[in-house]
Amino acid sequence: MSEVIVITSGKGGVGKTTTTANVGTGLAKLGKKVVLVDTDIGLRNLDVVMGLENRIVYTLYDVIEKNCKLQQALIKDKKTDKLYLLPAPQTKDKSAVNPEQMKSLVDELRKDFDYVLLDCPAGIEQGFKNAIAGADRAIIVTTPEVSAVRDADRIIGLLEANEIRNIRLVVNRLNIDMVDDGNMMNAADVVEILSKDLIGVVPYDEKIVISTNTGIPLAGDDSEVGTAFMNICNRIMGKEVPYLEFSRKKGFVNWFKSLFGQR
Amino acid sequence: MNFMDFFRKKSSSNIAKDRLKLVLVSDRASCTPEIMERIKNDIIEVLNKYVEIDKSGLDIKITQVDAENSTSGTVPALYANIPIKSMKHAV
Repeated sequence: MSEVIVITSGKGGVGKTTTTANVGTGLAKLGKKVVLVDTDIGLRNLDVVMGLENRIVYTLYDVIEKNCKLQQALIKDKKTDKLYLLPAPQTKDKSAVNPEQMKSLVDELRKDFDYVLLDCPAGIEQGFKNAIAGADRAIIVTTPEVSAVRDADRIIGLLEANEIRNIRLVVNRLNIDMVDDGNMMNAADVVEILSKDLIGVVPYDEKIVISTNTGIPLAGDDSEVGTAFMNICNRIMGKEVPYLEFSRKKGFVNWFKSLFGQR
Repeated sequence: MNFMDFFRKKSSSNIAKDRLKLVLVSDRASCTPEIMERIKNDIIEVLNKYVEIDKSGLDIKITQVDAENSTSGTVPALYANIPIKSMKHAV
């Protein structure tokens, strides 16, 4: 039983690729066989976030054009077992591939993998249509900002119009201090506005920058972000995982804990 | 601004929420100002057969109202406030 999940957002720069890399890594660490497909033709980035940019020989375009076999284009992750990347071509543009071709490619991948994660490009044009063509369900990444939530709402409408009903939200880059000060919407506000259920909340953390610098995803390490991504993976697999308690508000207990270096 | 106003001031996260809700109403209604204008003109045309309308006081817009089955949240509704000057009696 395999599942095809598209990770999308509408707006660019909210963390689609980072989420794809971390959720894929997390699912593989949980023992699932996972392939990450970069559908951002012409502007690929999943390869660098995964640290696999030097290993690309063939891309999904070569598979579709039958220049190579599917197995030849799949790149094995350097750290995590059972994790593979199918990169996008960098020299083509979005119109090089159509939704039917993407759908048959995805159906081919379904046979070999437990999870196929599709990293969607920003926007609602051809690239988006390609990415959602073969998907069973969608994860929408948004940040607690007016522009990102507005675009997410538009994406929800388009997904539903394309018969994708299983849609869950990742609220990314939540700045907990700002939420505590009333200067940032919290995850509950975003859920209320979009009327879709959460699948994860990821706090803002500078570690993500370091992770993309080095090309090593954080999922599964002991950081708050790594745990947040791992929780998303467990929820994708249908497990009930309580949401992390994010508040930096200084109560006496927290102050006492901070003396001992705990949050 | 007096001392109490400081506490009554809306937080910027609430401003964001309110602005989003408003902008999504028109986004979701997927109704361009152009179409709105045509709807308005058609309504006026129909009503003109029966009543004389005060066009300056006309207010037609799409808003969100609570859905009757409370689970689905809000639904878009056409709101029209059309002041009538007088009835036109058929001869």
